[in-house]
Amino acid sequence: MAQQTARPAGASASLPPAVSVFLRFVAAILLTFLGLTAVTFVIGRVVPIDPVLAVVGDRALPEVYARVRAELGLDLPLYRQYWIYLENVLAGDFGTSVITSRRVIDDILIFFPATIELATLATLVGVLLGVPMGVMAAACHGRWPDHLVRLLGLVGYSVPVFWLGLMGLLLFYAELGWVAGPGRVDIFYEGLIEPVTGFMLVDTVLAGEPHAFRSAIDHLILPVAILGYFSLAYISRMTRSFMLEQLGQEYITTARVKGLSEARVVWRHAFGNVMVPLVTVVALSYASLLEGAVLTETVFAWPGLGRYITDSLFNADMNAVLGGTVVVGAAFIGLNLFSDLLYRLLDPRAG
Amino acid sequence: MNRLGALLFGAVALALGIAAAPALAETPKDTLVVAKNIDDIITLDPAEVFEFSGGEVIGNVYDRIMTYEAEDTETLVPGVAESYSVSDDGRTITLKIRPGQKFHSGNPVTAEDVAFSLQRVIKLDKTPAFILSQLGWTAANVDGLVKAVDELTAEITITEDFAPTFVLNCLSAGVGSVVDKKTVLANEKNGDLGYEWLKSNSAGSGAFVLKSWKANETIVLEANAGYRLGAPAVQRVIIRHIPEASAQRLLLEKGDADLARNLTPDQVAGVAGNAGIVVEAYPKADVYYLGLNQKDERLANPKVRQAIRWAVDYQGMANSFLKGHFKVHQAFWPSGFFASLTDTPFSLDVAKAKALLAEAGYPDGFEVELDASNTTPSSDIAQSVQQTLGQAGVKVSIVPGEQKQVITKYRARNHQMVLLYWSPDYMDPHSNADSFARNPDNADDAKSKPLAWRNAWDIPELTKETDAAVRERDPEKRKDMYLTLQKKVQEDSAFVIMFQSTEQVARRANVTGFVSGPTFDTVYYRLVTK
Repeated sequence: MAQQTARPAGASASLPPAVSVFLRFVAAILLTFLGLTAVTFVIGRVVPIDPVLAVVGDRALPEVYARVRAELGLDLPLYRQYWIYLENVLAGDFGTSVITSRRVIDDILIFFPATIELATLATLVGVLLGVPMGVMAAACHGRWPDHLVRLLGLVGYSVPVFWLGLMGLLLFYAELGWVAGPGRVDIFYEGLIEPVTGFMLVDTVLAGEPHAFRSAIDHLILPVAILGYFSLAYISRMTRSFMLEQLGQEYITTARVKGLSEARVVWRHAFGNVMVPLVTVVALSYASLLEGAVLTETVFAWPGLGRYITDSLFNADMNAVLGGTVVVGAAFIGLNLFSDLLYRLLDPRAG
Repeated sequence: MNRLGALLFGAVALALGIAAAPALAETPKDTLVVAKNIDDIITLDPAEVFEFSGGEVIGNVYDRIMTYEAEDTETLVPGVAESYSVSDDGRTITLKIRPGQKFHSGNPVTAEDVAFSLQRVIKLDKTPAFILSQLGWTAANVDGLVKAVDELTAEITITEDFAPTFVLNCLSAGVGSVVDKKTVLANEKNGDLGYEWLKSNSAGSGAFVLKSWKANETIVLEANAGYRLGAPAVQRVIIRHIPEASAQRLLLEKGDADLARNLTPDQVAGVAGNAGIVVEAYPKADVYYLGLNQKDERLANPKVRQAIRWAVDYQGMANSFLKGHFKVHQAFWPSGFFASLTDTPFSLDVAKAKALLAEAGYPDGFEVELDASNTTPSSDIAQSVQQTLGQAGVKVSIVPGEQKQVITKYRARNHQMVLLYWSPDYMDPHSNADSFARNPDNADDAKSKPLAWRNAWDIPELTKETDAAVRERDPEKRKDMYLTLQKKVQEDSAFVIMFQSTEQVARRANVTGFVSGPTFDTVYYRLVTK
């Protein structure tokens, strides 16, 4: 995203390369944010839900209705509303959420860590299992490990996450009792854990509550396993196809003819070349999880950012939607930058 | 390979090790755990709360001037007040405050707090303020009309001749909650009467103290040992936001929740065989109805309105997918209260509906849109209506939408037919008559938007009758007036009233004493034992 939008900034000739690269990045980020907020803003204003209703309810007196409408600035023309919003955001103020009646920034500080915790662990599962599986499938092309990995991937692609979540709860929580149910931590730790970082695993440790920490892990296993499985399906499939492409190349034949061990050929030569595109795949997969897995969050009563944005949208709570979108956008841009950097590091040609 | 392999092995071993760990503890004996969808809460200030879940919370945290007790949710009794007397002209009510009551802060409950609480509602002027402002109170005059005479005597004066029972019922709504003046004012910011603070804190004298509210996560209440009717049996109540009904069911079956509040009828059927779970039904005051926009000339035809009444399968729905969740009810005021009309003269009669349509000049029927919320049970009801109206020749196309979206369209009078429900704001028949049978101004830019207005149903005569009924001081006569009003709306109006709802609550068998009264804010935890 960052790279593509950066192209038109053609003033690089007279500037030192590092500065021009930096300026391009900044311009790209600004443009992306401007576009993101503008589009979200317009969508929010054309949604056929009256935002005033969400605040005052259906039965407010007309005077109350009119007053709140004016308070929300909804009686101004659209471009004025957008401008005011931008000014506030630049001043660091995302406004107040209608639903939670707190500052949007405070809400995000609570909801986003819940999502990050889930997404990071799920991505770890996806990478740690998905990459070796993809490599193995490619190395055993056409034989049973390959079929198995492809089957697993196919199921991961086609089964609705909502259904899988419920079935997982039914089996591992209700029937077998191996894991904990919905929520982030057992109910009786509620109110005992001070949200310092927002990450339950960290906060329980900070609170000095080993049982709560254990409970938090119990609650994480199932949603992490399910999201991890989806991430794994994607990552293993991409790894497999990258690997197959590499293994068909001539330098692999050369390496084999040289008498190198198969493991060395696969891991050192082929996989070494796959790592570069793989970084992008993993970053994308991580970013899409950060966006919030709304359905998973709903099934597991997980107070994450995806559900926060969705709930807000259905209540026409635009401050919350915009704030959430900006954060997700920032995460996307950040991950893109990160994978760009890593790309430069891993691929000597991309200096 | 080696490094990755080791990592992989480690990860798998870790996962297996954790998964094999033994399972979970049960909910503590002194804590009630409720699984509920609480995403509707936007505030917990009693001057502003108008949402179902929020109403339930403040009902347990604040004591009200007049109230319905958990032991008898249908009889209006004095709460914070001990007794009341009405002046001869009916315009002044003197409230004697029960001595010895204390707020959670330890401050005594005085007449000053009662007066402040009512004045505060009017001055803040949030959504539910209309319940009190209809008594003639404004920010300018309320200090003179609502006042403390001495430490334990408050006097309130209304500016119109309303029936005293109506006024007392208004004082039993959420806006009749008594807040601790000293505590609230200690937390005042920029003259906001403690509004910002009270959104997420409490200053009441009710059975429970609000410990914390985390939006879309949890509400924690703690027992108030000094409550005027004795300490609640449980120490803590934790209401946990579980949006998914199936997840609620799992938590209940597993014993991680004591009550599941939002199970669908088929899930209720699913837990029926479970020995550890009991399902209880509580009649509610909401009525479900079809609104027919009178701007549509076809729906404005009295014969068509009749035909639609005969083309709904009330009993069929109540006996099948709505079983246990709804009962057939065809009057605007719910059954089980003062002045309820329980007749159900209409049933499915396709032949009759067809004949009426033919008489109306639509022998081949017509096409019409029906706006309905895209969640159960609304979507199921809409489909049944579509089917039976179809048999009579009226081709219904359902326009599903988010609830708020449906209401937005409804308020703009852009619908043709709409399926919605209505629940009273306070337990006086005027609460519903005011909306179903009163439309003082049918113009597009009218200030108030009662249900009659939303369906463009112009009813000058009924409006007068409704105004007369709320002023009638003889209870028997008043009752007759409401019965007549209901009869008229039932026989011919822009509304096809179909059902009254019942809340089904599934509980662990060992959890008893939960009470859910007819309105959204008469839900009580204080008698619960485990």
